[in-house]
Amino acid sequence: MKFGVIVFPGANCDHDCYHALKHVHKQDVEFIWHKESSLKQFDVIVLPGGFSYGDYLRTGAIARFSPVMNAVCDFANHSGIVLGICNGFQILCESGLLPGALMRNNNLRFVCEFVNLRVENAESNFSNQCDRGEVLNIPVAHAEGLYYADASTLSELEADGQVLFRYCDASGDITAAANPNGSLKNIAGIMNKQGNVMGMMPHPDRSYESVLRSADGAKIFDSVINLLQ
Amino acid sequence: MKEPVVDLKLAKEHGLSDDEYQYMLDILGRSASFTELGIFSVMWSEHCSYKNSISMLKTFPKEGERLLVKAGEENAGLIDIGDGLAVAFKIESHNHPSAVEPYQGAATGIGGILRDIFSMGARPIAAMNSLRFGKLSEPRVRYLFDGVVRGIGDYGNCFGVPTVGGEVYFDESYHGNPLVNAMAVGIVKHDAVAKAIASDPGAKVVIFGSATGRDGIHGATFASEEIDEDSEAKRPQVQVGDPFAEKLILEATLEMIKKDLLIGIQDMGAAGITCSTSEMAAKGTGGMEIDLDKVPLREDGMSAYEILLSESQERMLAVVKKGCEESVKAICDKWDLESEIIGTVTSGTNLVIKRNGKTVADIPSDSLVLGGGAPVYHRESREPEYIKALQAFDVDSLPEPNDYNSVVRTLLASPNIASKEWVYKQYDHMVRSNTVILPGLGAAVVRIKGTRRALAMSTDCNGRYVYLDANTGGKIAVAESARNVVCSGAKPVAITNCLNFGNPYKPEIYWQFKEAIAGISAACLALETPVTGGNVSFYNENPDGAVFPTPVIGMLGVIDDIEHVTSSCFKKAGDAIVLLGENRGEIGGSEYLAVQFGKVTGRCPQIDLDFEGRLQDCCLEAIRSGFVHSAHDVSDGGLVVALAECCFLNREKMLGASVNLKFTGRADHVLFGEDQSRILLSVPEDEVSKLTMLAQKHKVPMHVIGKVGGDELVVSDKIKLNVVALAAVYFGSIRKIMAA
Repeated sequence: MKFGVIVFPGANCDHDCYHALKHVHKQDVEFIWHKESSLKQFDVIVLPGGFSYGDYLRTGAIARFSPVMNAVCDFANHSGIVLGICNGFQILCESGLLPGALMRNNNLRFVCEFVNLRVENAESNFSNQCDRGEVLNIPVAHAEGLYYADASTLSELEADGQVLFRYCDASGDITAAANPNGSLKNIAGIMNKQGNVMGMMPHPDRSYESVLRSADGAKIFDSVINLLQ
Repeated sequence: MKEPVVDLKLAKEHGLSDDEYQYMLDILGRSASFTELGIFSVMWSEHCSYKNSISMLKTFPKEGERLLVKAGEENAGLIDIGDGLAVAFKIESHNHPSAVEPYQGAATGIGGILRDIFSMGARPIAAMNSLRFGKLSEPRVRYLFDGVVRGIGDYGNCFGVPTVGGEVYFDESYHGNPLVNAMAVGIVKHDAVAKAIASDPGAKVVIFGSATGRDGIHGATFASEEIDEDSEAKRPQVQVGDPFAEKLILEATLEMIKKDLLIGIQDMGAAGITCSTSEMAAKGTGGMEIDLDKVPLREDGMSAYEILLSESQERMLAVVKKGCEESVKAICDKWDLESEIIGTVTSGTNLVIKRNGKTVADIPSDSLVLGGGAPVYHRESREPEYIKALQAFDVDSLPEPNDYNSVVRTLLASPNIASKEWVYKQYDHMVRSNTVILPGLGAAVVRIKGTRRALAMSTDCNGRYVYLDANTGGKIAVAESARNVVCSGAKPVAITNCLNFGNPYKPEIYWQFKEAIAGISAACLALETPVTGGNVSFYNENPDGAVFPTPVIGMLGVIDDIEHVTSSCFKKAGDAIVLLGENRGEIGGSEYLAVQFGKVTGRCPQIDLDFEGRLQDCCLEAIRSGFVHSAHDVSDGGLVVALAECCFLNREKMLGASVNLKFTGRADHVLFGEDQSRILLSVPEDEVSKLTMLAQKHKVPMHVIGKVGGDELVVSDKIKLNVVALAAVYFGSIRKIMAA
């Protein structure tokens, strides 16, 4: 099994994803330059966090036109596993691989802190090593993380079990106080209808071992690895 | 366009003195061109030449076995940390730009210090900043504070360096002249360290990164003046930051260094192309020829003067090994960076600048730079008169409070003590997944992947102490920063400093400067933490006078085994609370006097450096022995504030404490005095005897003062407060003020 971590100019969590996969999860992993046009040799593509192209416009708005994104769309449309974290999630929404959009946080400020996530669906390709209702402690770091979608998209997401993670308090209750950015329905991570593309704002790539305060993020990588083994 | 003729009047308008004008003519042996005047004026400005500070800076202790590069030799200090790795670190000011344009001023300050680090080949792994503003109740101060925090956040977050800590203080003295000091820390392999040198005649000089525009012309000169009513008009001298470009430049620079393509490299900060070319040339044989027609420009019609003095951000100057020019270009192309060969290293001694085919400047490069021909002054100094009066103030004349609980709440709500969570939540402090101690819990700690090691870092300075007693205040700044990293489990190894003072031509200011340096030097010698470099910022004055003298210390500590990392919060009910050191009730210069009586007065706390060293050794040995559950330095707000912090800093698991103190003098002085050389530890009850033995060995007094547990902080019969309620005060204060 081979992971590919895409390097957009301005990505800055590429090294964290690479490190977690290579040195903690002991997987075969390679960086993929944004000018690449083929992803044939990979089983899983990771779009890391950061500020692709500086994100001076709407986040991800330029990255979606990056040459590699044609290949990512093709890869996803052929059932390839794609995981977008933070800026990666934003790019996936911009490119239409995931529904909805990520808007400025409701307090209009960057927010970096550990948050709690409730696992809403523990059967997915990205959460099968979690228990339904389990609370994961994983940090966020973003200025545009307010998940937005229209009412019909939201109800479709809910009905199809596409909402994987919701911001919650330490005991798993979904509250406004536990929502760091004003996301609708406290949504922190979703997958597409086919279940092969997932995006989440929190960073499993910063919480993969206990010295970083929490190792809960490792369960997300483990889920993907488990799936493909 | 015809250039003005250079005469004494024009030279004075450029900030040169009569003597400096004559000295320039002597060096040239002829009259100067307008371009040459521009070059001399920025290179001899305080900001670039350190002309009024260098004689004092040379007195800092700079020797140490871990030092790989000494202060002043390169862009930043370099410290060996074992495993074939070195740490480059430095702190710098961006005060004046931030005073008029807080967002961009702070942002470009971060950009500048990051470039200093990666131009040595080191990848930045952490940033910190030390900020000071006027009173937060003022709308203008809130505007500056908000702008600076956003500027730091937006730049550092986009660049991808974790901003892991620092300090924020508020005091009237900084009104109108905030201090924005940024520190960066990077890691480099010993064999991949790059130098800022131009050698090997014939080697090509390449500029890469952003194009050059008219922004920031004379920024260095602006930084060398006092802030006044006209300063707002200098907003255009503040540069605009582009963190995305900086990120690309970082990757390109490290790639060039890794592939061994460069002879030398330097970033362009103050004084832009002028400073980087003359410094690199002067460090080599001296000769360099630059053709300004080759420099990529952002706008048409720029004169040589403007191109040379532009402080457009995110630019690098590299001297390329012969035959590697194509490879350098290929790397720039890969990262979508503009690059041009703009000149050649020559065998001469002069920096020769051409524009439109004509030579517009021809100056011995050595004459321009610090350590070469740049002027050096010894300024007059005189003890300020206010000091004796303030030190003689009788602190006993102030009444003792009736309600100690209310004092504690007031102290915890003071923006100087209250949680800075509102600030650090806006900084990405976890990118690169190395942050082991998160902000707000004491010294910042980042691990080094692939090793057992971690680095601890802290910035510290209490400007009030330095104002009341510059020498002692300087000592305390070093001692406290060292104590902070010790409490995290680290051995302090070296410092960088950022010396923020008023106008050095005022003898009273220069006296503060000299005395603070003497104090810092004494503490660095005693604690074996040499000075690796830093920055001086003079002219920090507003129309009412100078800011508190504020020599900020950036301390680096090394933790050999990550198992030893310790945080400040209590961990377990039933643990004994132990005070290492003695309560002496020194209340002068304290936060208590400031919040309770509106006074900055008295004698600041005294410090015995020999004792401080033993205390720190004792604490570190205890931590390394593995039985210490928490360690917290007692500082601003005194013992009760430190105890309260131990109780609630871990918000997921707050714990109360009951403490019994013996009061020999006034209780308020003991509870809130900021006596130095004290550390609070929590240890399991059955390990106290081990700590006692260590304390005896190091000849450090030790008192078991209480026990962890319950949900209240109880101190003798004076204080009884619910910990959760206290935490709400502490964590909510700044957020509430900023939301108002």
